Parts: sequence; C-alpha cells; structure tokens
Amino acid sequence: MNRREFIQLLATAAASGAVLNSRSALAGEATGFYDLPAFGNVSLMHMTDCHAQLLPIYFREPNINIGVGAAKGQPPHLVGEHFLRYYGLRPGTKEAYALTCLDFRAAAQRYGKVGGFAHLKTLVDQVRASRPNSLLLDGGDTWQGSATALWSKAQDMVDASKLLGVDVMTAHWEFTYGADRVMDIINKDLTGHIDFIAQNVTTKDFGDPVFKPWVIKSINGVQVAIIGQAFPYVPISHPRYLVPDWQFGIQEEGLQTHVNTVRAKGAQIVVLLSHNGMDVDLKLASRVTGIDVIFGGHTHDGVPRPVPVKNASGTTLVTNAGSNGKFLGVMDFDVRNGKLQDWRYRLMPVFSNLLPADPNMTAWINTMRVPYASQLSQPLAETESLLYRRDNFIGSFDQVIMDALMKVKNAEISFSPGFRWGTSLLPGDTINMEHLMDQTAITYPATTLTEMRGDTIKSIMEDVCDNLFNPDPYLQQGGDMIRVGGMHYSINPNAASGQRISGMTLHGKPISPSKTYKVAGWAPMAEGATGAPIWDVVSEYLRDIKTVNLRHINEPKLLGVGNNPGLETHC
Amino acid sequence: MNISRRTFFSKAGGMVAMLGLLSATRNAFADWNASAFGAKTVPAVLKDLGNLTLVDSPDILLMAPDIAEDGSVVPVEVTSSIPNTQRIDIIAEQNPNPLAASFRFSNGALPFIGTKIKMGKTANVRAIVIADGKAWTAAKMIKVTAGGCGG
Repeated sequence: MNRREFIQLLATAAASGAVLNSRSALAGEATGFYDLPAFGNVSLMHMTDCHAQLLPIYFREPNINIGVGAAKGQPPHLVGEHFLRYYGLRPGTKEAYALTCLDFRAAAQRYGKVGGFAHLKTLVDQVRASRPNSLLLDGGDTWQGSATALWSKAQDMVDASKLLGVDVMTAHWEFTYGADRVMDIINKDLTGHIDFIAQNVTTKDFGDPVFKPWVIKSINGVQVAIIGQAFPYVPISHPRYLVPDWQFGIQEEGLQTHVNTVRAKGAQIVVLLSHNGMDVDLKLASRVTGIDVIFGGHTHDGVPRPVPVKNASGTTLVTNAGSNGKFLGVMDFDVRNGKLQDWRYRLMPVFSNLLPADPNMTAWINTMRVPYASQLSQPLAETESLLYRRDNFIGSFDQVIMDALMKVKNAEISFSPGFRWGTSLLPGDTINMEHLMDQTAITYPATTLTEMRGDTIKSIMEDVCDNLFNPDPYLQQGGDMIRVGGMHYSINPNAASGQRISGMTLHGKPISPSKTYKVAGWAPMAEGATGAPIWDVVSEYLRDIKTVNLRHINEPKLLGVGNNPGLETHC
Repeated sequence: MNISRRTFFSKAGGMVAMLGLLSATRNAFADWNASAFGAKTVPAVLKDLGNLTLVDSPDILLMAPDIAEDGSVVPVEVTSSIPNTQRIDIIAEQNPNPLAASFRFSNGALPFIGTKIKMGKTANVRAIVIADGKAWTAAKMIKVTAGGCGG
C-alpha cells in the first residue's frame, strides 16, 4: 500500500508538472479554441477507435501511409508536410501536433497529452450544452486496447461509455471478446442506454440479422436514421473461433435496402456509422445511394474535412475521426422542408491540458483502476528512444516486441501484426506494464515459434501486403503491413499482387525458398496455441535489457513510391 | 433467435438434404456430366458443357463475398431473371477442377440457387445461365486470404 501511494504521488506530481508546462505554452491559444458557434438544427458527435484509452496519452501519427492507385495523394493518404499543405495548416501549431508526426517529441512536450475520457467528457458536455438533443456516436474499437479493458473483459469501457453518454455504437475489436460476451454486454449493460447496431452481421446458417441494423432518432423534430456497419472482416482478421456462428462482409446490397427502408419510413437524414476503414467508405459512398454522411473509423485517420463523394443520386460526405480518444467529430446539419440544406463539420482535437477533466469521470476512472494499480505500474525498463507503432511498415515499439520475440524464443526472424493502435512514449519515459499492455492487450496473445520455409515466409508477407495495397479498397482489410524482425526486404506497394516483396535477406544472405527458418510470432489465428502470452515475453526482455535505445528500426526498402505524399522523411 | 427453432430447422434441413440426395441419385445423376466436372481448365469445361460461347448479362445477380471468410466454404448465390432459364452452372476459374456446380430448373422452377463452394486461391467465380439454348454469364472476383493482422 505504501509503495502504491508513493507511485500515485509521483504520477500526480508528473501530471501537474505537465499541466503547468503546457499552460504557459498554450497561453492565449486556449481562448476560443473549443467555442463552436452553433449551426443548424441537428448535431451529431462522432468518436471512434479510442482503443480503451481512458487516460490522456501521447499518440504519434504515421510518417508513412501510402495510397496506391486512385488513392495516391488523396485523403487519408497524406502525411507530414504533405498533410499540412493540403489542409492549409501551419507547422508548429497544435493542429499540426495533433494531425501529423512532425517534430513529435518537441510538440508533445509543448502541447502535452491528448484524449482521456474525463477530458473528452467535458468536451462532449460542452457540445451538448450548445446543441440540445445532439447524439454521440461511437464507431467501435472501444472495448479493446488496454490492460484494464482486457482484464475486466471490456467492463471498464462499457461502463465508461455509458458515463460518457454514448448513444449509438458499432463494433470491430469488441467481437474479439467472443460472441457470448458481446451478447451478454448488450443484454445486461447496453439495453436502454446504447444502441449496438450492425447491418452486416448475420448468422452463418440462415442469414438472420444478429443485431439491430439501424435506429431512427427524432432530433428537434427531424427524423435521423443511423445505420451500423461493423468491421467487415472480423473472422478473417481475427480467429474464427471467437465468432463461430456469424458472417460479416461489406454487404452493399443489404445496406442499400436498409437505406431505402429508413427513407421510406421518413428519415430526413441518413448516416452510416462505419468501421469499414476510409478507403472502403470512399468506394462505398460512390456506389450506395441515399446516405448523407459516413462517419468512419478503423483506419485511424484524423481527417479535418469531410470528403464529398458523388454517386448516382447525390453526394455522400465521408469522414474519419482518428483514434485513441484524440478527436471528437462534430457535424451540424441544417435540415429544413424535409431536406438537408447545409452542414458544418469540425474535427476537434482533445488536448488534455486545454479541457478540464470532468470530476465524475475522473473519480470513476480512479476507482476502477484501484484493483489493478500495482500490476499496471510495474516498471519494466527506461526508454531513451521515442516509442510508437503507427506506420505502414514498422514502429519503434514493434521493433522492441520483435527483438524480444527473437531473443526470448531464440528465433532468426520474427513477425508482429500490423495493428494501428498502441500509444506513444517519449524519450526518458519509464515503460511500465500498462504501456506494454497498450501495445499487446488482445484476447489471443499466445506467442509461437514455427519452422517456416523461405517461400512460405514470402507468401505470408505478400498476402498481408495485398490486404494493405490492393488498388481495390474492397479487397483491403485495413491495418498495416506485418512487422518483420531480423530479415530485411524490399517492397513495391504499386506492384501486382504476389510481386510486391523482393530482396529478402537474413544476415546479408538471400532467403532461400526451400530452406527452413525459425520464425517467432504472436496473435495466432488457430485455436489452442500454448506459447506464453506476448506481454510475458516482452516484459522478460525489457527487465533484462533495462534500457531501450534503438539505433535502428527494420524499415524495409521502399521501391517506386519516391514522390508519394503518403511518405514523410522529416519525422 | 429462438434456439429451439434453430435446432428444429437445422435437423429439418438435414432431412431435406438427405431426401434431396436420394432423389438426385435416382434422377439427375443419370446424366452426370463427368467430363465437365473432371475438366481442368475453363476452356475445357466450356467445351464439355456443350461448346458454350458466353455473353455477359446484367440479368444475372451473382452474390458472393469480396473476401472469403473461409476458402473451404464460400457462399455463392445466383439469381437469373433471364426468361426460360434451364440451367445455372458455377465455375471457380482457378480451382483444379473449375466446374463447381450445375443446377437444372424444370417446370417453371424459380432460377435462384444458393450454395457453398471450395476455393484454394483468389479467383473469378463465374455463373453461367443456359436459357433457350444460349449461354449468358456474370462473374465476380473473390479474394482468398490467410488473414490475420487487423487494425
């Protein structure tokens, strides 16, 4: 108890230091930043992909987010200075800090942490006060991404979402707690509070809907339909055994039918609350008619302006609201004479130092954390390097995970999944168990050690690569490239399927297609894996090395993307 | 959904399938096109199905996933609105034996079928509709992936 009190005291001291520090930096900038002039008569707030981050965190945006085919140079495939130029933002501002990787370390120290449910709550309440009867929509990936979410089987996030005032949600990682747990939460916790909607999840046997496909809400006399679109590829991206009886998919035809149905029932505004990922949403918006706006998530893109997409009957706006609680999207509609006349949209960054913490939410979070406090605060190592994950090919925290896998499991090569969640740590920070869990907290955490032929390694990499760089968005799954440790390779994102990977070498020697290599990995798709959970492997490694100082991260050699605006070399 | 209803239907479905199989054994299998089902290339299948020349038709609705959740059971649905549809064939172009299924419709049966086919790799899946001696077609690319690594 003494030790815990001491650590909590340290944490409080650090937090107040940060506040003071940032207050001076932000002096003058806070005034008016969150004053949103009210507009129209229907307002919807949108958050997505918070990945269970209840407390303020750092989150570095990617320096590589390459768009191929028609997506090249278009939102969301813009990073760094390309991003600033496209949106007319100035470098060094807090907007540039929130939306890009530029000068991340200095900007993080200047502007402080982002997100946190207590700060988000203050912003949500402020928006509600100026916009009576507005709704808060949550695009999913809310129940997963932290130690407390995993250990409480999502209960912390379910309770926090209710406290925050979420009205409607759809899902992705939620499903990785298993079908039974999802139904249990919906029946016991969400009923009467949060509508859990998904038009594209049906039973495998008869194709019956599993969830409500949509809800219609009356807002200030206007009928607003919200249709849910869960992540379309849950049984492919995650182990099938977690949702054995459900099928997913984009289900365009079913969606069009639902849009027509809600319009026939008198909906004047139709929105899609989507976990498709932005590229899929942009294509879908060009093919399905009658949707006013798609509030998108999954690909974690902080997109300041909605993208208007033309289709056979009109225009659909497509948004994406970033991740980790960094942003709240606010859409105001002016609906008159039964029709949408005009709109305003703001993607509001949640700067923890500019928004006071809501006392009720703060108290609730603190109480919830008490039983876990000693586990969460276990120190593992110090870092001298900036640790982050988000990037198409590898993040520095992935490098630590892969180094740990190779060392602890005695492997020549390691693989780590291309997740887009995982918070950032600044040089000088202590890596504790909570930070490690922010990178690894999943329900299928087993590590594996496999003898793999060179040609198998290549085909796995090509397969994942195609899920990221297939020019047809409907054949992408979101997520990033599988991270590779030990082995070097080159990659041409614009090449054809099966021909993007080349130049695979291990210790300077070419990988032989017929030779066998020892490959360590984690997050297996198959049931029954018995290897130690990834957090045990990495914590053992971190305690051993004591200090993380990465001289090199295993970024592959990029071919054919020299002038791609999804590439920033100054981060 | 009501569990007992589901259990009932799943048992009932099994019985229907068995009855169907029995009657199929007596009738349809009599002229089973062994050479078409055994053919190893799409041109060979088309030849064995009766030297078909395919014409694209917007009147065939082919419903299938963009990415298969499980390559060993890929759901495919075909609805034909072409008058006098007599037969619907399904071809998975990259399979070792591309012809996956052939359905006959008689006495005005509605030309709709839903089935599950096995696919080893990403390929075009093609529906062929035979009506009044002509062969119409529609195709859709279905991706087969090992999966993993979601965002």
